[in-house]
Amino acid sequence: MGVVIIGGGQGGFQVAASLRAEGYQEPIALVGDEPNIPYQRPPLSKGFLVGKQEQRHAELRPAAFYEAQRITLVTARATAIDRQARRVTLDSGEHIEYDTLVLATGARNRVLPHDNVLYLRTLAEAAEIRQRLTAANDVVVIGGGFIGLEVAAAARTLGKQVTVIEGQPRLMARVVAPAVSEYFRGQHEAKGVDVLLNTQLTGITENEVLLGQRTRRPADLVIAGIGVEPNVELAREAGLPVGNGITVDKYLRTPDEQIFAIGDCAECPSLFAEACVRLESVQNAVDQAACVAKAIVGHRAPYGAVPWFWTDQYDIHLQMAGLPMGFDQVVTRGDPESRKFSVFYYRAGKLTAVDSINRPADHMLARKLIGAHATVSPDQAKDESFDLKTALS
Amino acid sequence: MEGAVQNGVDGIVAECGGNCQCATCHVYVEEKFLSLLKPMAEDEDAMLETTASPRKSNSRLSCQLHVTPAFDGLVVHTPPTQQ
Repeated sequence: MGVVIIGGGQGGFQVAASLRAEGYQEPIALVGDEPNIPYQRPPLSKGFLVGKQEQRHAELRPAAFYEAQRITLVTARATAIDRQARRVTLDSGEHIEYDTLVLATGARNRVLPHDNVLYLRTLAEAAEIRQRLTAANDVVVIGGGFIGLEVAAAARTLGKQVTVIEGQPRLMARVVAPAVSEYFRGQHEAKGVDVLLNTQLTGITENEVLLGQRTRRPADLVIAGIGVEPNVELAREAGLPVGNGITVDKYLRTPDEQIFAIGDCAECPSLFAEACVRLESVQNAVDQAACVAKAIVGHRAPYGAVPWFWTDQYDIHLQMAGLPMGFDQVVTRGDPESRKFSVFYYRAGKLTAVDSINRPADHMLARKLIGAHATVSPDQAKDESFDLKTALS
Repeated sequence: MEGAVQNGVDGIVAECGGNCQCATCHVYVEEKFLSLLKPMAEDEDAMLETTASPRKSNSRLSCQLHVTPAFDGLVVHTPPTQQ
């Protein structure tokens, strides 16, 4: 009995660690289907690919931590939840009973209908890409989102010929304003990456990619980063509601009082968006985990952390605070030519998000401003002589 | 920072995993060791303005302190809160 957590990623790990930090004494089982102890994924598409960071540096805690904290790591895939019996079935045929169940099942990569393509989510996948990169000359990246662009930057840093194929008219189109997309396209091109926008992939062979009807490009390594699908099947088969993720309330609880869902797999109401949101980020996983751990030990409070994200490409750090969805106005603070600037997003006159490029102090302030629902007018935001801190008081 | 996390030092949160992105691995370095440390880069300087506990003259982000043999005996103090 005690708490069973399904999913050994950043969120699942954090539920276990936070429960112990909150003084929870009952058994904790953390069920993960990867052979490794829990590790961070962000470095896998950054320092790890270029050999700047090794696997052991990515481990969230050393193996001894789990023993000392009485957290049982179970390497298995959960195949069913029996809500009446409060019991999880594993692919080994074993069962684990729970008082409280936390679904932190994460997401899986969307895949293309082609062979000869690699994907990046797990340590094993990153290790294969890293190994294949050593011998590759022509690297083609399918998808101009965070993962694709981080992989492109890593491959280019290693001296490879790199092409990025994006179906949309601009990079990272789902998450940033056109000004930010353009800045990143310029930076990648300046580094020698071929960025092909509005381009449809139609085929992949062992040494080429086919684009549109006629165009071919040499490719001895093809990597796709085209988004993810949340792992919701376990919840759905257990009769829990699923929308664009496992549906939870503001306390991150499913309609079954004994079952919570967090992180990439969960969709919840947000103080920072009009609709329910499902976010794919470390911050979201960690903060939701901490919120659920508190609820389990009896300190229930609605989830309300400010969303934030980051991506590193070459020496460019892009940090994003808030949710820009549905923005109708953007203003820029600082000069993009200086390689340090921030973009402020507004919806109906309200500040909703800030993207900071190599301006970490703006980012940290933005998190506070958005969290406080502070008022910063577009004119103030673009005026560098206006001290953003004064908007907090 | 990594040394602290891997050895269970509770006062270091290191939410971003050591990327100088979150200011939750803040430490106060004992004055006599300050000269041993590599000077801080602009990023770290900017992030230190945003720590949860007040910045002092001996504040550093521990993710930016890469331990070398010269650090032998180094003493740092964790702040009252990181978040």
